[in-house]
Amino acid sequence: MIDFGFSISKSSHIQMDDVDLKLFNKLETLCPDIKTCMACGLCTATCTAGNFTDVSFRQIILMLQRGKEKEALQKVKKCMMCGKCLLVCSRGINTRNILLSITRIYNEAQNI
Amino acid sequence: MKEHIVLIIGAGPAGLETAYQLKNLGLTPVVIERNDKIGGHLAQWDRLFPSSEEAEQLLERLKGQTKDIEIRLNSRITNIEREGDSFHVTLSNNRTYDADAIVLCTGFDLFKAEKKQEYGYGIYNNVITNAELERYFKTHHDERINEPKRIGFVHCVGSRDVKVNNTYCSKVCCATALKQACEIKDEFPDADVYCFYMDLRMFGKGYEDLYLKAQKDFDIKCVRGRVCEVSENIEGKLVIKAEDTLLGTPMKMTLDLLVLMCGMEKADGVDKIQKMLSINSNSDGFIENKDTFTGMNLTRERGVFVAGACTSPKTLPDTLAEARAAAMEVYRYLNS
Amino acid sequence: MRPTFDPFVLPFVIGTTFVLMYCFIGMIRIIWQLPKKDRRKFGLSLITPKTLWKNIKDLFGDCLFHVKIWKRKPLIGYMHSAIAFGWFMIIIVGHFETVAFSPLRGVEMPFMQKLMSNLYLPIFFRYFAIEGLTLKAQIFSFLMDFFLLMIISGIVIAVVKKKRPRKVGMKRVTKFGIKEDLVRIALWTIFPLRFLAESSVAGFAGGSFLTKFLGFDLLFGGNYNETLSMVLWWLYSIDLAIFMFVLPFTRYMHIPAEALLILLRNAGLKTTAPRKGYALAEIYSCPSCGLCIDVCPMSEYKNDYKKTAVYFMRNIRRKNKREVRKMTEICLMCGKCVEVCPLGIESLNIKMAQRANISYRMKSDFGYLERLRDYETTSQQVIVSKSKSKSESESKSESKIVYFAGCMSHLTPKITRSMVKIFEEAKENYEFLDKNGSICCGRPMMLTGKVNEAKSLIEKNTELIKSSGAKRLVLSCPICYKVFKEEYHLEGIEILHHTQYINELIENDKIHVDRSDKRYVYHDPCELGRAFKVYDEPRNIIDNIGLLTRGKSDKDMSVCCGGSIGSITMTIEERDEITTNSIKDLMHNNPEEIVTACPLCQKTFARKSPIAVKDIAEIVVENLEDE
Repeated sequence: MIDFGFSISKSSHIQMDDVDLKLFNKLETLCPDIKTCMACGLCTATCTAGNFTDVSFRQIILMLQRGKEKEALQKVKKCMMCGKCLLVCSRGINTRNILLSITRIYNEAQNI
Repeated sequence: MKEHIVLIIGAGPAGLETAYQLKNLGLTPVVIERNDKIGGHLAQWDRLFPSSEEAEQLLERLKGQTKDIEIRLNSRITNIEREGDSFHVTLSNNRTYDADAIVLCTGFDLFKAEKKQEYGYGIYNNVITNAELERYFKTHHDERINEPKRIGFVHCVGSRDVKVNNTYCSKVCCATALKQACEIKDEFPDADVYCFYMDLRMFGKGYEDLYLKAQKDFDIKCVRGRVCEVSENIEGKLVIKAEDTLLGTPMKMTLDLLVLMCGMEKADGVDKIQKMLSINSNSDGFIENKDTFTGMNLTRERGVFVAGACTSPKTLPDTLAEARAAAMEVYRYLNS
Repeated sequence: MRPTFDPFVLPFVIGTTFVLMYCFIGMIRIIWQLPKKDRRKFGLSLITPKTLWKNIKDLFGDCLFHVKIWKRKPLIGYMHSAIAFGWFMIIIVGHFETVAFSPLRGVEMPFMQKLMSNLYLPIFFRYFAIEGLTLKAQIFSFLMDFFLLMIISGIVIAVVKKKRPRKVGMKRVTKFGIKEDLVRIALWTIFPLRFLAESSVAGFAGGSFLTKFLGFDLLFGGNYNETLSMVLWWLYSIDLAIFMFVLPFTRYMHIPAEALLILLRNAGLKTTAPRKGYALAEIYSCPSCGLCIDVCPMSEYKNDYKKTAVYFMRNIRRKNKREVRKMTEICLMCGKCVEVCPLGIESLNIKMAQRANISYRMKSDFGYLERLRDYETTSQQVIVSKSKSKSESESKSESKIVYFAGCMSHLTPKITRSMVKIFEEAKENYEFLDKNGSICCGRPMMLTGKVNEAKSLIEKNTELIKSSGAKRLVLSCPICYKVFKEEYHLEGIEILHHTQYINELIENDKIHVDRSDKRYVYHDPCELGRAFKVYDEPRNIIDNIGLLTRGKSDKDMSVCCGGSIGSITMTIEERDEITTNSIKDLMHNNPEEIVTACPLCQKTFARKSPIAVKDIAEIVVENLEDE
């Protein structure tokens, strides 16, 4: 059989109907400033760790909103907490607090 | 009919148009201007978006309309005293007026680019502002613009940025950036021109056409991402960092010229006039008008009117329309 | 012959026994909780003559005379030392008096009563003894009255402080619950009651200017009323008992705890656990005096001062986990509270230990840093850029100064450009290590409590810096400076902040600056000023450039800019408020420019300042002498 590199059984779409946003909503209640991101990319562009690896605060937030929790948490692990994103964010989002809250909320849920 | 004197503060497009309309309505406008010439920012600009009409043509039209109107240049307001419905106004040259109404047409200042230190304006030689580029288009003289091979435009400098205390959109920079990008490409056809935008707000008649023209005819490359840092490499070229947010990857780029699209801020010195008239500022720092719909030319003070970019960033057509509306409001107020 | 015992002493005896037992057990518990190494250190310190002497000096200076409070607020200092020292002297002199006039000498009594009498006799001496009118007796009664008056004067100030804090130089004072109010009233009434009780018997038992003349002669009109006297002695004893019984559960626990804390501190111990051992001694030592309230920059936000150190310590004592967590995470870690604390309680260390205790349930993954090992050979990951193009080996051997700007300085190109200019002006052989970015110093990670993660960043940076062949390391960011000084092991490399380095250049005539009459004000960054007392170098530089004016508060009382990454949860609105207040403080003497020495402070102030905010390196470059 010819391998086309994909199969018809699984869609590559994000199945928003299947995404459980319970944890994200919890995060949003805890850090309401997360809602104000306008995806300008400053945090990613300035990121100290981003100089060497694929960590991006903006993407982490988006991934969580789209149910890609595992990928998001992999990225969070690479953060050095230096706070440059906090300094540049044009919406004044408290990035470091959000990153720490993410690890807490999502990892706690995984443990249960 | 009693002669009604209306004092207009600012001889930019808003002030000149208001004066002209008031004169037509049979009132006596007097325009006060702190600079030594009229026209405000319009006089500094080369061409206007979206049609690329020459700024000078519009300015000449406005000047022609206001030939017979008293315009006081090099004058600042030093004192305003209210007596009933009349305003006793003293100017810096001790001239005084008793006005029946005041129209604030104080316009805006461009954001001071050096406040965004990370963009390196005033630090690196090849970082210029939108206003400086206009001056170059007018005079074709700027030592910093020397056959650039790669040019970048940064949108939203001093706008939509809580870190400079300006959270609003300045409305005109997106269109100005694309207009200037096309013009500089015209000037240097071999150059690559990049626009770093957050959202392209091309909302008016002909604006989207301008966007299309920029893409199709001028090969302007739009990158969705805000520039975060500018540095200089060993050869003295600019290195910028931004994220290509559509791709989700940070990028670095070497440039020969970086143009900062400085947004609008309340004009310097307006605070003093507001204090004399006890008029508040709105949440963006501009002058507060009575309401956004039917009272946009009114303030909370009777007899004090506003027109143009002194209340919020506006395009030229918006400003001129407001000026005409303000004239009507003044007329109605003085004849009721 | 007076009686040798009366039932009214019982409440006092029971209360005192209780409090002594409680404190003893508490002390054993704290020492038990210390790490083994620390316990040995503590034991040794108690028999080392040098520390022994220091212990005695500090016990007197801090516990009794409250020297540290005197320095900041003389009136409050007097209040505390009047009560503490006066009380102490009354007990001591009381014991001497008892020995000198022992009313029980030669009296046969049961063993238990004899034991008890050691407790109650010096306290209720006047009830049991008649001194007579000898000179010795008069001296004793004068001393006792004198110290009693001293205490009462202290209590008067305490009452004023409670009712009108501003009168004694405090804007805000700690708020207390019912239990604390009860114990305070008990304490305040002990000495007036003692005065009344002693006065009631002063007619025959003896007394001096206070108890005899003011009390007995004037107040009681020279009459002795046995019933009234007994009531007063009972009240005095019961009041003491109430105080003793409630003491361990209130802020007054600081009286015994402070003594232990001084001994532990002098033994060189530090907080290692969030609520055990040394930390516990500190927690019990907090007297809730509230001196930290007015200095805390957070107090200015909506006047909400319940996040300050005193409330933090109280909540941690009450094991109020949720509040402790909140306060731990919001603190800017500026260290002003530690600076003013009269007991020297290092609440920042407790906060750091608390932060380390917060489980974020995350293991960091810095695997990508491994690739940086051969950073100089891979063209894509050039993180070291040479100032001048030289062959690598050449630059390595010659290079003496390595400049590490830090993450934040990349957003303030004026600082890095100025430093490069200064290096070149001084004709120094330097290398700009992180010109194209580097890894974080580790301090921000440390501030989130993740010490191990910070360690891996520190290790990597150490490797990079060592391989640069540096002899001196110049830093622009105080955040970096702190962690480099405290956590890095860079043997043979001198670590300098650029204020220190530039000052040295000026003093050694390596660079020359012109002086103008521009008025500057200098803001001490927390992690340079309070943390390392780098106060003189920047001021010396500014003295060479222009006129140095002072803010309302400076040096160790400098107000945080509000941008500190020490806080994890603070919102931008709260930060803005702190920034605005800090600027107001700096503008006190109408300076023309604000000068600081931290990229984060510079950027934070620049947002809200009505005047220019510059780094010290910038003003040096602006004023370099023309050749």
